[in-house]
Amino acid sequence: MSLPIFSFIFAMWILIIVGGALMVIFLGPLSFSGYGDFDPLINSGVKVLIAMILIFIWIFVLLKIKNWIFRKIANT
Amino acid sequence: MEQLIIPAIIAIVVAFFSVYGLTPFVIRALEKRNITVVDANKKEKTMVARPGGLSIIIGIESSLIILYVFFPISEILAVILTTFFAFIVGLIDDRKTMGGWFKPLALAFCAAPILLLGAYDSNLSFPLFGSVSIPLLYMALVVFMIPIMGNTINSIDVLNGVASGFTTIASFALSICLFILQNYEVGIICLCLSFASLAFYKYHKFPSKVFPGDSGAITFGAAYGAIAIVGGVEVIAAIAILPAIINSFLFLSSVKKIVEHREIKNPTSHTDDWKLKTTSENHAPITLVRLLIAKKPLSEKQIGIEIFKLAIFSGILAIITAFMMGVNF
Repeated sequence: MSLPIFSFIFAMWILIIVGGALMVIFLGPLSFSGYGDFDPLINSGVKVLIAMILIFIWIFVLLKIKNWIFRKIANT
Repeated sequence: MEQLIIPAIIAIVVAFFSVYGLTPFVIRALEKRNITVVDANKKEKTMVARPGGLSIIIGIESSLIILYVFFPISEILAVILTTFFAFIVGLIDDRKTMGGWFKPLALAFCAAPILLLGAYDSNLSFPLFGSVSIPLLYMALVVFMIPIMGNTINSIDVLNGVASGFTTIASFALSICLFILQNYEVGIICLCLSFASLAFYKYHKFPSKVFPGDSGAITFGAAYGAIAIVGGVEVIAAIAILPAIINSFLFLSSVKKIVEHREIKNPTSHTDDWKLKTTSENHAPITLVRLLIAKKPLSEKQIGIEIFKLAIFSGILAIITAFMMGVNF
């Protein structure tokens, strides 16, 4: 059994659910107004920025988990 | 629901038997024209017909066209067109080796039918917490989804039977998820993909008689990606193919650039009894296969089984996620 890889998949799943929660809680209600025609553009731009930051954090955490798994495999 | 059953059965039967019946002809035609490649993981260096994408695309397209006759909805048309364009991109890559950026860029254009037909919902759904409306961001997601899915399935096509077997498991899981979410039409589209890949697996499984090639693997991936978008199950679809995503993630995090897979060093080598072992080459990329054989060498068939176990595990997680979609905090 490739237990560390199953753990990695499970960790990714948890990260997806947590990331989804953050998206819905923080990104969903976000709305800027008062800039006229630029409102949709500003709203989308800010959402893209936050989404990119979340993806960056997601990948960073995954890299840490990957390194941990590799160390575990190397040690056994 | 009842009116869907007969068209669904007809489409599924066409998907399965057209691939099942056509693939031997494709194999013979390729062998006759000497369009074969060496199976690198066989001691005898067997020549295997490649690419077998033609039978896959005929199976998927014919079944979806039949389904479209019964239900002329834009979602089915979008999957038909996107999958066909992706097949053409794969076929070009099979005939002429293109640069690492060719496929992602060309596949991004394949998403055009989904956008032009408006066969998507700009709400991105997540389990437990509901959905988030991201109209512009979602359009970018549609454009990225097809290249990512196409290349993800293509990158796992490294051993006998893996790409087709993996697609079969993932798409069956996604079909179940779509039925749980009561998206029956798209669920049937997904079942057509499942049965087409299952029929191809019969010839692709260890020892392979045919390889899908880029045209086949990208067709599988693009169809899967298009189904995920038109069905509004992008997150669930990503969960169902997590082992393949891990493979791409490990590869990209070790190579640190987008390259054509033929350009990189092989991350595996062979033992005396022709099992696969991890290479001692420092610059070879880290892949899922390399991770699986890190502890001890495994035969090609054993690695395939391990990957399928991972795919089943991800499929179960995807189904749990589908159930969680119905629960909102």
